[in-house]
Amino acid sequence: MSEVASGRAGAAPGGALSSVGAPPRPKLSPFRVRRLPRERIWPAWLIVLFQVGLLVALVGGWEYAAATGALDAFFWSRPSAVAETMVVFFRDGDALTDAWYTARATLLGFILGTALGTAWGLSFWWSRNYAAIVQPYIICFESIPKLALAPLVILVFGIGLASKVALGMALTVIVSALTTYSGVKAVDADHERLMYSLGASRWQVFSKLVVPACLPWGISVLRVNIGLALTGAVVGEFISSQHGLGRAILYAGQTYEIALVWCAVTVLSAMSVVMYLAVSWLERLLLKHVRH
Amino acid sequence: MRTPPKVELRAVHHRFLRPDGSVFTALDGVDLAVAPGTFVSLIGPSGCGKSTIFNAVAGLLTPSDGVVVIDGQDATGTIGRVGYMLQKDLLLPWRTVLDNIILGLEIRGASVSEARAYALPYLHRYGLGGFENAYPASLSGGMRQRAALLRTLLFDSEIVLLDEPFGALDAQTRGRMQEWLLQIWQDFRKTVIFVTHDVEEAVYLSDVIHVMAARPGRVVATLEVPLRRPRPRSLALTSEFSAIRERCLDLLGHGASAHAEEEA
Repeated sequence: MSEVASGRAGAAPGGALSSVGAPPRPKLSPFRVRRLPRERIWPAWLIVLFQVGLLVALVGGWEYAAATGALDAFFWSRPSAVAETMVVFFRDGDALTDAWYTARATLLGFILGTALGTAWGLSFWWSRNYAAIVQPYIICFESIPKLALAPLVILVFGIGLASKVALGMALTVIVSALTTYSGVKAVDADHERLMYSLGASRWQVFSKLVVPACLPWGISVLRVNIGLALTGAVVGEFISSQHGLGRAILYAGQTYEIALVWCAVTVLSAMSVVMYLAVSWLERLLLKHVRH
Repeated sequence: MRTPPKVELRAVHHRFLRPDGSVFTALDGVDLAVAPGTFVSLIGPSGCGKSTIFNAVAGLLTPSDGVVVIDGQDATGTIGRVGYMLQKDLLLPWRTVLDNIILGLEIRGASVSEARAYALPYLHRYGLGGFENAYPASLSGGMRQRAALLRTLLFDSEIVLLDEPFGALDAQTRGRMQEWLLQIWQDFRKTVIFVTHDVEEAVYLSDVIHVMAARPGRVVATLEVPLRRPRPRSLALTSEFSAIRERCLDLLGHGASAHAEEEA
């Protein structure tokens, strides 16, 4: 068998297999010797140089296009105008108040949604019947575009902070619940049996096995959730609000202050990046403690 | 007058429905008595119901018929009377070795610091010294099994069930672990029921071997192993040892002629 398996050309004709009517060997193109394709990695400074260059080119091109009239500065504004407005936005305007308002709604929605969602997901461990009953509702709730409910949420929770928090929660709670539930389903049945054989109560199995086993699952969605909570807060502000970056963007757009739109978007993006980095850091820190 | 058995199976049958609707008989009337403080092995081909007996004694499974008696009491389907250990070490990855070992003590209400202080000397004594604060992921297979066995022993039950605990280890580690297990068994003086399909392992470790057969699962023979203890490794080279081994292999249908058929 071994000479057939090695596929040497000489072994096929007249070999052991040909007598039992082996199919002919397919025609193969000649084997070409190549080098392993490999891109040469540039030094970090060169990468940064290109990154900065790209930014300058984009902003510069925008400014140039607006100056020559290729781009209608009324609709698109221009970087120099945005920079001037930014100074005014921070010095005389509501930049900090708005940013804080949006950040507060985001963080509250994120914390409450994640905590409730994780607890909800964990609760499915307690009863498979309960999990089976609730399952279709969760899937329905997941597939609803939650932002479509925003006008209703504003009606119920008012135009204050609560409605923005509620929207952030609606978006995050399901993600956390479903992911944690996946964790619950992944808990090793042998581990559970071992705990019971050591005389554990259900609560002990829950607290010593299920919770620690599911924590990495819950933590893994933190980064997704912070983005969702921010989306919820901004959309809530779009619909009806007295403060917040979302409201600032909407207001500026309606009054054709395009430079202000860009300012608020920039502040919002900066805030989003900061929160994302903070949550990533938190995630790494938490995972280091629960996973080894 | 003989001492009453520590563990006893009386006419244990276990049947279950296969997905195609036919009845599968995992155990067909097993009677078994294990004397206190002895080391008993169950050997047999796959599907002979070794693990079913194991699960029935551990209380993880209620047999369709028959009773499991522990210390003279009906223990059928009740957990918490015996410590057990599987081929999978089942260490919790987020706990250190020491904290894994004290899991049973913790569940029974000991404070973590007390339990740690109690377990630490055992850790040192049984070859895990210096690893107490390591996490299971950084340990070798043999070390992980040591930790798992210590967890089982410190749980303080008088009966310990081991289901092919060294099945996943390489031959060398396995040999070392067997010696280690004998040492630990002599120190703790527990009743051990050991499931394996390795005849040599069963002969080396046991006082009594129950040989099982499959389809339906049953005990076909019970052999005493009259070899003196402590048992050195070289014991495997003696004629007494190989006589018992040959007998087991014959009973398993692994005689020279039957061997090829069984493998196929």
